[in-house]
Amino acid sequence: MAAAPLLDIRNLTVEFATRRGTVQAVKAIDVSVGKGETVAIVGESGSGKSVTSYAVVRILDRAGRVAEGSIAFSGIDLVSATEAQMRDLRGREISMIFQNPRAALNPIRKVGKQIEDVLVQHVQATRATAREKAIEALEKVRIARPAERYDAYPFELSGGMCQRIVIALALACQPQLLIADEPTTGLDVTTQKAVMDLIVELTRERGMSTILITHDLGLAAAYCDKVVVMEKGRVVETASAAEIFHNPQHPYTRKLMKATPRVGMSLRDLLPEDQAKKTTSTPPVEAASAKPPATSAGRAPLLVVENLVKEYPRPAKGSFLAKLTGQAEPDQPAFRAVDGIGFEVRRGETLGLVGESGCGKSTTSMMVNRLLDSTSGRIVFDGQDIGSIPAKQFAASPFRRRIQMVFQDPTDSLNPRFTAERAIIDPILRMGQVRGRAALRARCEELAQLVGLPVELIDRFPHQLSGGQKARVGIARAIALDPDLVILDEPTAALDVSVQAVVLNLLEELKQRLGMSYVFVSHDLNVVRLLCDRVIVMRTGQIVEQGTAEEVLGAPRAEYTKELLTAIPHPPS
Amino acid sequence: MLGMIAARLKTTIPSVIGVIIVTFLLTRVLPGDTAAYFAGPAASNEAIADIRSKLGLDQPLPVQFVSYVVALVRGDLGTSLTTGQPVTADLAQRLPASAELTLVGLLISMAIALPLGVLAAVRQGSWIDHLCRIVATAGVSLPVFFTGLLLVYVFYFILGWAPAPLGRLDVFFSEPPRVTGFLLIDSLIARDLGTFSAALSQILLPALTLAIFSLAPITRMTRASMLAVLGADFVRTARASGLSTRKVIGTYAFRNAMLPVVTTLGMVFSFLLGANVLVEKVFAWPGVGSYAVEALLASDYAPIQGFVLTMAILYVALNLLIDILYGVIDPRVRLEG
Repeated sequence: MAAAPLLDIRNLTVEFATRRGTVQAVKAIDVSVGKGETVAIVGESGSGKSVTSYAVVRILDRAGRVAEGSIAFSGIDLVSATEAQMRDLRGREISMIFQNPRAALNPIRKVGKQIEDVLVQHVQATRATAREKAIEALEKVRIARPAERYDAYPFELSGGMCQRIVIALALACQPQLLIADEPTTGLDVTTQKAVMDLIVELTRERGMSTILITHDLGLAAAYCDKVVVMEKGRVVETASAAEIFHNPQHPYTRKLMKATPRVGMSLRDLLPEDQAKKTTSTPPVEAASAKPPATSAGRAPLLVVENLVKEYPRPAKGSFLAKLTGQAEPDQPAFRAVDGIGFEVRRGETLGLVGESGCGKSTTSMMVNRLLDSTSGRIVFDGQDIGSIPAKQFAASPFRRRIQMVFQDPTDSLNPRFTAERAIIDPILRMGQVRGRAALRARCEELAQLVGLPVELIDRFPHQLSGGQKARVGIARAIALDPDLVILDEPTAALDVSVQAVVLNLLEELKQRLGMSYVFVSHDLNVVRLLCDRVIVMRTGQIVEQGTAEEVLGAPRAEYTKELLTAIPHPPS
Repeated sequence: MLGMIAARLKTTIPSVIGVIIVTFLLTRVLPGDTAAYFAGPAASNEAIADIRSKLGLDQPLPVQFVSYVVALVRGDLGTSLTTGQPVTADLAQRLPASAELTLVGLLISMAIALPLGVLAAVRQGSWIDHLCRIVATAGVSLPVFFTGLLLVYVFYFILGWAPAPLGRLDVFFSEPPRVTGFLLIDSLIARDLGTFSAALSQILLPALTLAIFSLAPITRMTRASMLAVLGADFVRTARASGLSTRKVIGTYAFRNAMLPVVTTLGMVFSFLLGANVLVEKVFAWPGVGSYAVEALLASDYAPIQGFVLTMAILYVALNLLIDILYGVIDPRVRLEG
């Protein structure tokens, strides 16, 4: 890059005015993006990576402002540019793609119209040609039947499709710089691959520069030339993708690198060296409730699921008009979310349930956890058919305390008005034998210790805890009644990788110590590989493949499993 | 569309039946003997009994109810004992007056509240935001009869800009041929501009009184709803793709923010329609509210039943209209329709 870079950020500091004074979200960073270059900005939540991009396009919210530094875009100083100048640049020269594509589109405007709005704004089309050009833009992002999709509303399209629309919107005016802010977070791996491949191909084709903002080091390394690692508002390392991956310099990069689950490593490998040593050397606290070590051999499996089916009635089909006049076609055969699956969970085992969204894995876990009634099939837990107990009455059943759950979003699954202590002892109050304030407090402290939550934090409310701490509260709550089976529904999906590493290790340790079995629902195959003994791969409500983790993920037999595995971003070797 | 409306109408049948039963019972439970009231203070017991049997009040309740429903089916709401007119005729005369007043009031209110709410949200924390808060609080804090009297005092008594608060039309003007019952519209249809401006000047003050009162909920709702939408991801996308402020706020944010506002509008409208008795009294407005209150004080069953029933049906119709509006604004609602 001998020529001047397209985007040159120098000494940029961004401040936010908060109630407690000014907070610097970005501290004196330097980033440059050359023409045609793809740069990744990698960091965990709160690292300031998104704020940096918002500062570039000047869409910081009202409380934020650029305190210092300069942002030069092909010679124009973006910090001092007028709002009118900025409006002209946004969308035409610098475009953005956002996380959560469905929310990023206006829900009540046809997607074609939204693309038209941008085209007309930047005088790339007139009212007469706008429709044609919008359809052209849809065609370029490989949307099948673009003329039809023009009239679709975002809620009628899948997540991957919505992201394509957002890309079409961003590229409609042929900008020089594309900023993609976590463009594939929340999308399935195969969709992620399709979307990333599309972005890379389209930007290469046009000689565009790209900034990819992500928390996923693997994704960054696989798709970018250069990687900028940020931590707490500072750039800690800038290097080529290959170099970052093979020879990370900064300790934070190394920690991040280590915490990213990959092939051929163990759970312990995820932790930073000092922490890994610490956990191994700590003598296990003698848990009062520890059960004899589970031996899977020679005993009946803990859970047997046979021919489980969940059907949902299909809504009447037909056009909007037909529906209004009552002429819609009546009943279709019911939709089978889970279509006759069978598996077993042995004692002390972790069973991984993987698949993409809509494959029925969550429905299955809800039925096993008896939060949802099955249409047919048997769920046998410790020799008893619990599937016949209606979900509504299951809370009163003695089995309830033996099957518990850790939910996906650690924040949403905690009552915001309950302290951590109240949340943890909630199941004990409802079903446990422990009575009396002091005894409850003691049990809560014991549980907090068990999950590694500092005891002084248990009087705090969820909003006063970090993501990792909230995850620990959720886990403590799930194990409060010494369950035999814990269903983990993507327990780490909302966490940063370094926190994920710690939580995964915690889960493994707890399992060993308390002799529980896990059903681990996840879409992240690398995590499943680390944590699970056996794996079930699901697709459209059926089991595609099952076997031990090494078998299924090491030498997959089903085409679909292979497809999933190749879709995981592969860093440069 | 027709199918949806028909389906929606079907669901309203039980509530209408419920309203018929409840109003019937309620008016019978109310204290006060209609027959005694009409016979006058000096009437003998025989005379009262005579009136009672003439009115059918000596029959058992179920029999009274059946005859009431039979009459209702024929479109007969009974006869008002105070005015001596059929209730249907009275309501047909007075409902347009109330509706016209409420509608004009609501239009004025919307014309002020919507822009104010939007501006307050866009410039959160600025003087316009504070103005919005003050206007809204002041509007609901002042009782309508007080604002009404104040307006009359200032604009009629002191400034002399407004005509005397004596009904819908000055005595010197004759009512235009009746088409809709709305004087403003009828006079325009009759191409009678003189009558139009006379009617307009009569309606302005009472409408303004209602508008001031209804400003608060509409402004508040618009502001809150706009604030929520302005923070949404798609507004950020719109801004990041360089759309003009007008487009972002008008097309993207405002339309999305309208959904809760439309609901509030419906509620405010139906509330005003039934509850503007005080305004009608202050301005001698011949509306349904004052009609119903007079009937209530006289223990006159028929007008009260007719009034409550009409209001219930209006309310149902209004909700239907709001549902349709929802479908127009939000495509997602259409699917569930």
